[in-house]
Amino acid sequence: MDYFLTEEQQMMVDLSKKIAQEKMKPVREHYDETGDFPWPIVHELAKADLCGVYIPQEYGGFGSGVFGLVLVVEELCKVDGGISLALAATALGTFPILLGANDEQKKKYLPDIASGKKLAAFGLTEPEAGSDATAMRTTAKKDGDFYVLNGTKCFITNAGEAETYTVFANTNPARGARGISCFIVEKGTPGFDFGKKENKMGIRASITKELIFNNCRIPKENLVGKEGHGLIIAQATLDASRPGVAAQALGIAAGALDEAIAYSRTRIQQGKPICSFQGIQHMLADMATEVEAARCLVYQTARMMDATPGKRTTKESAMCKLYASEVAMKVTTNAVQVFGGYGYMKEYPVEKMMRDAKITTLYEGTSQIQRNEIALALIKESASKK
Amino acid sequence: MHFIVCIKQVPNTTNVQIDQKTGTLKREGVESIINPFDEYALEEAIRLKERFGGKTTVVTMGPPQAETALREAIGRGIDSAVLISDRAFAGADTWATAYTLSSAIKALGDYDLIICGKQATDGDTAQVGPGIAEMLDIPHVAYVKKIEDMNQETIKVERMMEDGYDLIEMPLPSLISVVKEINTPRLPSLRGMMNAKKAQILRWTAKEINAEPNNIGLTGSPTQVMKIFSPPHRQGGVKLEGSPEEIAEQLIAKLKTTQLL
Repeated sequence: MDYFLTEEQQMMVDLSKKIAQEKMKPVREHYDETGDFPWPIVHELAKADLCGVYIPQEYGGFGSGVFGLVLVVEELCKVDGGISLALAATALGTFPILLGANDEQKKKYLPDIASGKKLAAFGLTEPEAGSDATAMRTTAKKDGDFYVLNGTKCFITNAGEAETYTVFANTNPARGARGISCFIVEKGTPGFDFGKKENKMGIRASITKELIFNNCRIPKENLVGKEGHGLIIAQATLDASRPGVAAQALGIAAGALDEAIAYSRTRIQQGKPICSFQGIQHMLADMATEVEAARCLVYQTARMMDATPGKRTTKESAMCKLYASEVAMKVTTNAVQVFGGYGYMKEYPVEKMMRDAKITTLYEGTSQIQRNEIALALIKESASKK
Repeated sequence: MHFIVCIKQVPNTTNVQIDQKTGTLKREGVESIINPFDEYALEEAIRLKERFGGKTTVVTMGPPQAETALREAIGRGIDSAVLISDRAFAGADTWATAYTLSSAIKALGDYDLIICGKQATDGDTAQVGPGIAEMLDIPHVAYVKKIEDMNQETIKVERMMEDGYDLIEMPLPSLISVVKEINTPRLPSLRGMMNAKKAQILRWTAKEINAEPNNIGLTGSPTQVMKIFSPPHRQGGVKLEGSPEEIAEQLIAKLKTTQLL
C-alpha cells in the first residue's frame, strides 16, 4: 500500500530501518535475555535525531507530529518491540508537557528530550488505580512555594532511567476526578525514589519500576496546567499516545509477518516449501491483510490528529490502539504457528514477538477500556445529533 | 586542514555477476551503495575534522546517479561534494580513474590528506588510491588501520600487515587507504539527511578538471581485459603439528626468527 509519505517522512522510515537492522537486530536477544536497559541503542537513536521527531521545531524537535512518531516506532518495532519503548514511552511522558505545560516549562524540558539527552516517563497508574485513574491515592499538598508528594506509582516504563517524570497526584481528594493535578518531577529530587524492577513476560528490554514519593518537595512551578486539570491532561495524553502503542503493535505484527513469509519459503516439508501449501498461504494472506488494515487505521488517526491540533480524538485513538494491538496478538501467534515447533524456540525471533505483542493489548488502557471509550463516544455522538 | 575522501558507488551485493563476453561487471538492476570500504574513509575524515578542525570534501567519478552516494556522505557529516561526471570518462580502468580523480583533486586546490577505502567491493583492485597519490606525486600508505597522530606537517599511521602492523610517519599532503579495522562508521542523522537533500553538489566534466582527453575513459585505459576468472583461494597459514611440547618449541622458534620474541 502506498501511503504517499513526504520525502521527510520517508527519510525517517529509512533511517529507523537502518538503525533497527544494523544496531538493534544484533543485540535484541541479549536485551530480551538480560533485561538490561538498552542505553547504547538509545544513544544511536539520539545521534540519528529520532528521539524528538514529534516535538515541535521551536523546542529542538523535528515537528513531524504524531505521524512522525508512529512511523519511527513502527519501523523500530518491526525488529524489536521492547528496545524501542525507551523512545515511545518517553513520548508518553512528554505529551503532558506538550499538551498542558506553559512555554517556560516547555523550553526547560523539551530540548533535552528532543535531543535524546534525557528520557521521560509517565506516572499515572497505581496498584489500586489502573483503568480507574480517579481512584489514585498519591497526594500533592501545597506548602508555600512547594507541593509535597506522597504515594506510589506502579508499572512505570523507563522508571529509574528517565530524568523527567510527569506525575499525577491528588491535590484535592474531596473533588474526586477534578482534584487530580499533573506535575513534572525530576530524577534526583529528595524524597523521590524507585521501587523494584518488574520481571516481565515480554518487552524485557524496557524497564518497569515503581515511583515512590515520600514527602517529595517539588517547586510549585512544576505544576503542569492548573490544579485539578490533571485528569484532562492525562486523557488528552492518552489520546495522543495511543497511536504510538498502536504503532508499536503494528510494527511487531509487521515484523512477525515478514519473518513468517521468509521462513515459509525456506522450510521444506513433503518435498516442498511450506509456502506452497494453501493452509499456510491463507494464514499469511489473512495476516498481511490484517496488518495492512491496522496500518491504515493507525496512519489515518495520526494524520487526523496532526491536522486538527487541540481536537480530542478519543474514539479514533482508541480504535487504532484496540485494532492494532489485537492484530499484533493474532498475527504473532500465527507467525509462531507458521514456524511450527521451531517458532516456540528462542533461536527464532517469533516467540519473542508474541510475548512482546501481548502488552499492547494491556497498557495505556486494556482492549476492554478502548471498547468502553469507543462505545461512549458513539453514544455521545448519537445523543448530540438532535 | 582539508580532508578529501574519494568514494565509489558499487552494486549492493557481494556476488557480482561477470559478463563473460566483455569481461566487465554486470551492474544492471542491482541497487547501488557506497563502497563499504569507502564508508570507513568517510568516517575517518569526519573524525579527523572533529579532532583537528578543518573541512571535508567527498569526490566521486561516476554517472549522474552517483550523486545519491555523495548526498549520503553529506548526510553523515561531510561538508561538500564533487561529482565528476562526463560521458568521456566511461570505460575507465584503474589508471584512467586515478588520473581523473587526481585531476579533480588538483582542481580543488589545497588539501592536506586524501583518504580512500582500501579497495572497491566490485573490482577489488585496490589500485586507484595509490594511483592517485602517484599522479599527484605525494606519499601514500595503504591498508591504514589507525591514525596515531597528525599535525600541520606530518601524519603517523599504523599500516596493517599479515603479521602485525607497521608504524609509519610521512609528510603531508599525502594519501592513505584505510581498512575496516580503523573505525565503526556512524549512521546518518535526520538533520544530516535534511542537509544532504538541500546541499549543492559541484558537478565537473572533463573540461572543468583540465583532463587530457587521451588519458580518460576507455581511450586513456591501458588495461585490456583478455579473460576474467576467479583466482584460487588463499592457502591457510602455517600449521604446527606434534605434541603440545613440540608445538610450543616450534612456535617459540618461529617467534624468535620473526623477532617477535
